Amino acid sequence: MARKLLLEHINVPGINTLEVYRQQGGYRAVEKALKTLTPDEVVEEVKKSGLRGRGGAGFPTGMKWSFLAKPEGVERYLVCNADESEPGTFKDRYLMTYIPHALIEGMIVASFALGAKTSYIYVRGEMMPQIRILEKAIAEAKNAGFLGKNILGTGYDLELYVQPGGGAYICGEETALIESLEGKRGNPRIKPPFPAIAGLYNCPTVVNNVESIAAIVPIINDGGDEYAKVGIGRSTGTKLISAGGNLNKPGVYEIELGLPVEEFIYSDEYCGGIANGKRLKAVVAGGSSVPILPANLILKTLNGESRLMSYESLADGGFATGTMMGSGGFIAFDEDQCIVRNTWNFTRFYHHESCGQCSPCREGTGWMEKVLHRLEYGHGKLSDMDLLVDVSKKIEGNTICPLGDAAAWPVASAIRHFRDEFEWHVTNPQEAVQRNYGLAHYADPLPPVGEPA
Amino acid sequence: MLSVTNTEEVIFSPELVTKFKEIVSRYPEGKQKSALLPVLHLVQAEFGWVSAPAMDKVAQYLDIRPIEVYEVATFYTMFFLKPQGKYVLEVCRTGPCCLVGAEKIMKHIEQKLGVKEGQVTNDNLFSWRGVECLAACGFGPVLQIGPEYTFYENLTESKVDELIDNLKLTTAAKPVDQIS
Ligand SMILES: Cc1cc2nc3c(=O)[nH]c(=O)nc-3n(C[C@H](O)[C@H](O)[C@H](O)COP(=O)(O)O)c2cc1C
Ligand code: SF4
Ligand code: FES
Repeated sequence: MARKLLLEHINVPGINTLEVYRQQGGYRAVEKALKTLTPDEVVEEVKKSGLRGRGGAGFPTGMKWSFLAKPEGVERYLVCNADESEPGTFKDRYLMTYIPHALIEGMIVASFALGAKTSYIYVRGEMMPQIRILEKAIAEAKNAGFLGKNILGTGYDLELYVQPGGGAYICGEETALIESLEGKRGNPRIKPPFPAIAGLYNCPTVVNNVESIAAIVPIINDGGDEYAKVGIGRSTGTKLISAGGNLNKPGVYEIELGLPVEEFIYSDEYCGGIANGKRLKAVVAGGSSVPILPANLILKTLNGESRLMSYESLADGGFATGTMMGSGGFIAFDEDQCIVRNTWNFTRFYHHESCGQCSPCREGTGWMEKVLHRLEYGHGKLSDMDLLVDVSKKIEGNTICPLGDAAAWPVASAIRHFRDEFEWHVTNPQEAVQRNYGLAHYADPLPPVGEPA
Repeated sequence: MLSVTNTEEVIFSPELVTKFKEIVSRYPEGKQKSALLPVLHLVQAEFGWVSAPAMDKVAQYLDIRPIEVYEVATFYTMFFLKPQGKYVLEVCRTGPCCLVGAEKIMKHIEQKLGVKEGQVTNDNLFSWRGVECLAACGFGPVLQIGPEYTFYENLTESKVDELIDNLKLTTAAKPVDQIS
């Protein structure tokens, strides 16, 4: 069994309560940090751990913390990003539902490290049940003296609040999230200034993902060096993977970074193979925004090496033959799925979620949606593929926030790897409406794990 | 779009105002506008939607301009700007759920309720719509029902039937004046 640092106790009955969570060693990290470490020492441990942000961008958390401006007499804020709206991602909801104190404990330690006296957990509005769960956990922690004034007699004060969103994917982007928390529309801000200098209420602010914050707990308990021993290379620690799509056992898995993708998909410890005895056609490995890969390229890199679940290995080959770790939203497509239809669906999503500030994003996503719709419904032209690539290129890099890129990459990669399937939609319009193109040469050519090659 | 069909004055109960107060206390002095989203959620839970007079009242309470409330209520998809059914079935329509049959479920709901997306059934009990990824992709197809936002996962057509029939029964068991 692989090492678990976040979900080790997830199956212990009552782990959602403070009492049981403490019986399993919970809140040791708060005691250790507040009583024996200085804020800078906590930041140092996080730096040593090599932890990279789990919200999607993978930026080193310790480094981000050290950028926080600390002008005298100005409040600083920690805001937890629990907006989780990237299609394919459902790990944060899982963690908050079953082991809410892991997040609360992480928030206390992280707030202490950053010198925040008020911190917020911004939860997407649809997660009302999780908001209630967190509020209950916060009340329990406060009762036990882990929150409020003079925590554990150390003189450190912290108030922690839960803030609901209103249903908008863009509020996951950190500056849009800050705007939303200020009671405004979720329009991303132009950077600089970065939140570390001027964030919430114009004060220095750190925004971190739920999983990044929860990972602070094992880092403080065991030390940053111990944490860095787990994983592979610069991909240290464990990662929560949301596994969805056509899998035998979809769900949230904690993996040690470096696990072979093949083992993750096919072994019984994880996803247990493709559902209904079908074959794997494609995978979106890190949430809807990252490039889609055909089965052969997700299992092996272009050099024929086994592809691993790590930041580096998933990105191996760049966008030509690789993808990205992203948020860890792992979506598997079986042989019956239509790539054109899915690309249209994703593009419709981005068009719907564009905040509308930048023309390339607002208009470009709409054009791509229209063209993809006509391809899917048998009215496409052979020139449409080049048109789509052209539009996607004009969006990429030309917008205020990365939503534009996130909308462009899935389209560009689908055409890069599945162009013949798009063409088939044009040349066989009637058939394309009725059935799927099929596996073609994208089929997983490998035997399942455990069988001789 | 913003609906001004309802111009009746809206009254916030003392319980509601107590909750507003607690929310406003979470932010620094002068930053009470931060309470806007949580307050709108409470208003919608109470009235089933957010009408223009309700938004005006919120603006007054938070000491901000009405336009600041309108622009927020129209930006976020969770806020209903016209009356809905008592139960709004919100089905995830995004890619990963479609891989496991979300489109079939939406068609089934449309047939079962006999109304198109966004419309309300004659008895005012139900409306439905497609929404974007609900962070439950591994357990799809999935739908949620506000204001509690209870999730119903791994949906099948028969599970949907059972859910709708149960909701009808629960409502039938209550005296009429408690409905809506
Ligand atoms: C369109 C868009 C949506 C995003 N959605 C999320 C999200 O739902 N959750 C999240 O943690 N980060 C999301 N991010 C990334 C955040 O902007 C930010 O990088 C992250 O919260 C930082 O936390 P981390 O360093 O712990 O990963 C999103 C970014 C973009 C551009
Ligand atoms: S890229 Fe799109 S979502 Fe981001 S700020 Fe511009 S219009 Fe808004
Ligand atoms: S795609 Fe339906 S919950 Fe994520």
